[in-house]
Amino acid sequence: MAELNTGDGGGKKGNKKVRSKKSNAKVDLTAMVDLAFLLITFFMLTTSLSKPQSMNLGLPDKEEDTSKEKPIKVDQVRTMTIIMGKDNKIKWFHGLLEAPEAGGAPTNGTYGKDGIRKEILKRVVSIPQATGDKDKGMIVIIKPTKLSTYRNLVDILDEMAICNVPTYAIVNDITPEEQKLVDEMNK
Amino acid sequence: MAKVKMSKKATSIDMTAMCDVAFLLLTFFILTATAKAPEALPVDTPSSTVQTKLPETGLVMLTVGKNEGKEQVFYGMKDRDIRSGALDYMAQKYQIEFTDKEKEQFMLVDEFGVPLEGLKQLLSMKAADRVKSGVQTGIPCDSINNQLQDWIQGARQANIDNGGTKELQFAIKGDAKELYPQIKRVMDILQDQKINSFNLVTGLRGKDY
Repeated sequence: MAELNTGDGGGKKGNKKVRSKKSNAKVDLTAMVDLAFLLITFFMLTTSLSKPQSMNLGLPDKEEDTSKEKPIKVDQVRTMTIIMGKDNKIKWFHGLLEAPEAGGAPTNGTYGKDGIRKEILKRVVSIPQATGDKDKGMIVIIKPTKLSTYRNLVDILDEMAICNVPTYAIVNDITPEEQKLVDEMNK
Repeated sequence: MAKVKMSKKATSIDMTAMCDVAFLLLTFFILTATAKAPEALPVDTPSSTVQTKLPETGLVMLTVGKNEGKEQVFYGMKDRDIRSGALDYMAQKYQIEFTDKEKEQFMLVDEFGVPLEGLKQLLSMKAADRVKSGVQTGIPCDSINNQLQDWIQGARQANIDNGGTKELQFAIKGDAKELYPQIKRVMDILQDQKINSFNLVTGLRGKDY
């Protein structure tokens, strides 16, 4: 912003009086303020953005003695099993593998909003209606295989958070029948 | 004829006060900002929509990643008093003496990935040389030599000795491409010590996921 000073422009030729020049003491601060605010914005954003996000994960207590482990029986109507294979592949089924629920036969799926999320969201709503009890909601069993990546695990856990799945568990043992499905998928 | 003279004075606002405030804020933010230390093991974290921030204190970070084709685990403690306590625990357990100078150096290390036998050598290096690739090879965490477990134990012990009322929290920072068994191994080490709840460090994902 240039400042227009018009005060001493009208000196006549004949005027011989020596005038002490009144220099303008004001410094133009605009650029400085601009810079200061730019830096403020930068530091403000970097301080809060650099903090990493985190996802809480609670796992069940590990029982050393497997004989003491009590098998937990759950209603197969409520369970959906998601098996994660290699190359971002998913196999999911609803109910038991031998006797899946209607529309829940083992299917290949993908991650993201057009893939597994649709199926989960559908069942999050339909399962409490089927059981007739609000507290008996959906249970998702997450089975990561040896070839699935950490990203896959976080993606699925994220889906659980997005879809508000009431109960989910990461299960590491894969039955021989399920292994067959995995082999078929990984091919 | 009376000439109406237009006032040609430019409208300039006094910016002194604004400038003062701006610089005051700037100073504040510069001083509170923490300089990001170069990561010993850079990893590409997967992203999630969950927006819980990690705590600044009382945290232990386990970084799992791949470096030069090998799976490595790095270990970092946020609190300095826990760092020194854990080092004392390890020194006692593995019968390695550390000098006061080395202890002081260790308290400044954010994250490291060397076996305890190589820690002395690492501490004698300059900070810039430590992050060079190939210097740190990861903390041994297999069944024969499970130093990672001892470090975790040491940090928890130090937390109790320091009168910490809050349980030490653990975070796993894994590379997105890391295979599940690698992460599982670290989770198992934590679970062996009855740490069943921990954080997974993730990046931020866009809303339209």
